[in-house]
Amino acid sequence: MRYKGKVFKFGNDVNTDEIIPARYLHTTDPAELAAHCMEDADPGFAKKVKAKDIIVAGENFGCGSSREHAPIAIKASGVSCVIAASFARIFYRNAINIGLPIIISKDASENVKEGDTLSVDTKKGIIRNITKKRDFSSDVFPAFIQKIIKADGLMNTLRKGKKRCTK
Amino acid sequence: MGYTITEKILMRHSGKKSIKPGDFINAKVDFCLGNDITAPIAIKEFEATGRKKPFDTSRIALVPDHFTPAKDMRSANQAKVLKDFAEKYGIENYFEVGRMGIEHVLLPQMGLAKPGDLVIGADSHTCTYGALGCFSCGVGSTDLAAAFITGKCWFRVPESIKFIYKGKCRKYVGGKDLILHTIGDIGVSGALYKSMEFTGEAISKLSMDDRFAMCNMAIEAGAKNGVMAPDSETIKYVKKAIKQNKPKRKGFKKYYSDKDAVYSKIIEYDVSKIEPQVAMPHIPSNIKPAHRIKDVVINQVVIGSCTNGRISDLRLAAKFLKGRKIKSWVRLIVIPATQEIYLQAVKEGLAKSFVHAGGVFSTPSCGPCLGGHLGILAEGERAVATTNRNFVGRMGHPKSEVYLANPAVAAASAIKGRICHPEDVL
Repeated sequence: MRYKGKVFKFGNDVNTDEIIPARYLHTTDPAELAAHCMEDADPGFAKKVKAKDIIVAGENFGCGSSREHAPIAIKASGVSCVIAASFARIFYRNAINIGLPIIISKDASENVKEGDTLSVDTKKGIIRNITKKRDFSSDVFPAFIQKIIKADGLMNTLRKGKKRCTK
Repeated sequence: MGYTITEKILMRHSGKKSIKPGDFINAKVDFCLGNDITAPIAIKEFEATGRKKPFDTSRIALVPDHFTPAKDMRSANQAKVLKDFAEKYGIENYFEVGRMGIEHVLLPQMGLAKPGDLVIGADSHTCTYGALGCFSCGVGSTDLAAAFITGKCWFRVPESIKFIYKGKCRKYVGGKDLILHTIGDIGVSGALYKSMEFTGEAISKLSMDDRFAMCNMAIEAGAKNGVMAPDSETIKYVKKAIKQNKPKRKGFKKYYSDKDAVYSKIIEYDVSKIEPQVAMPHIPSNIKPAHRIKDVVINQVVIGSCTNGRISDLRLAAKFLKGRKIKSWVRLIVIPATQEIYLQAVKEGLAKSFVHAGGVFSTPSCGPCLGGHLGILAEGERAVATTNRNFVGRMGHPKSEVYLANPAVAAASAIKGRICHPEDVL
């Protein structure tokens, strides 16, 4: 997959309470959650973010609560993909399970600035900083994970499995 | 080459003959769990697949505990999704308000999580049950939906870090302090994707309540699970839970790590050097010993949660609060984790001590821990809490502060009106 967008930069240990505070967890509506996306990390984010923009963060992005509302809010806010040096494990599986593209790149995480424009090619594992004319490599997902990503989420792998069984 | 407890349980549940860290497996789930925040998404996903019924209605628990008793209409609607689903499919372990409790205290108490089990829960603190010698870990709502259908969950086999706690704990130092000290040492991503295996003489001397508190916060170091080998204390606890509550699955299996099991790291602590710990805002690894904290005046104290809302936590708090008054500017909110603990606290006169001291004794709920209800902080307010997270805005206003501590520090601080060492009071 290819993505191109402007960077919103965050630091290390961004937690899911910052991504979507619990005061908004009385709903599961993606659009409503998106309106408060990243609110306690950057209160203006939901208004500033445009379709296809890219979040770039440091280590342990999405730590804390298991709330799937966090990747749902990010996906619904229009963000095309999240690049981080590392992801917290529940956020990692949640993002993959719901089809929010996440990319691990320590290199990009350390060298990309807020407002830079990136183009990302997940197949080639290349992140290009168009603003700074610099390329970074990203980690390749294990084959098991790639299958879920390709199906656009875990539930689709089950649906496909079911269809195959009934044929 | 030997295996760790975690590897043995994952191997058994995936039907594999051998296993190694990094392997991807599909493993059978003995029990799964969702709450009023996470289960509605799982239920929506499940219903969308058009399946006729979940894989096993006796292996699912639905616990409306976060925003209940419903704090507003929208939360009531979310809780109702669980109730309707439970009624429609005959889910055996649905816990309505009045019969419920905080999920991670309730499930072990009911004998629904047992040694050797593989348990997943759509809640990050599902790692709590590792104290029983089972593999339990937090997952997302979609994972839960998939488990509703298949009875399975995918895992990447984690590497294990062995923690050895040597020596004897000081007075007023418990499981909460050992885990806060550990998180302070290795950091909030110090065990990322890994299993934390807690061992050593200090662990075997801890009560089950303190062991649950330790495993509960493994997630705060980024871990997949926290685990402890079962011993006579564990078995006594489990047998009592089974006898009292007669769960459908009564069997359990004890697993122990092999002598030649492989660990990515072995870390030792001398617990006799550990003081009561406090996690300063806004990250659980920002640790300071309580006696070194001066002049932090507080507005609220919360004693409860899936970390420290158990009966021994309330007994410890009551030891300080009995016959004393809290400072005029402090709100004290005590929340027993389950109805059973609530009744026990009433029976032992603990509830009376809290109320006479000037505090509130609440019905079970996750409540203020995640900024839900029953004690939200205003702008600029500070709380000492026996809960597990102190992130920005966790208990309310983004400009409020949460300090994490054990129940002794919390109770003593309520009396002093500022953060203090328990010995400043007793």
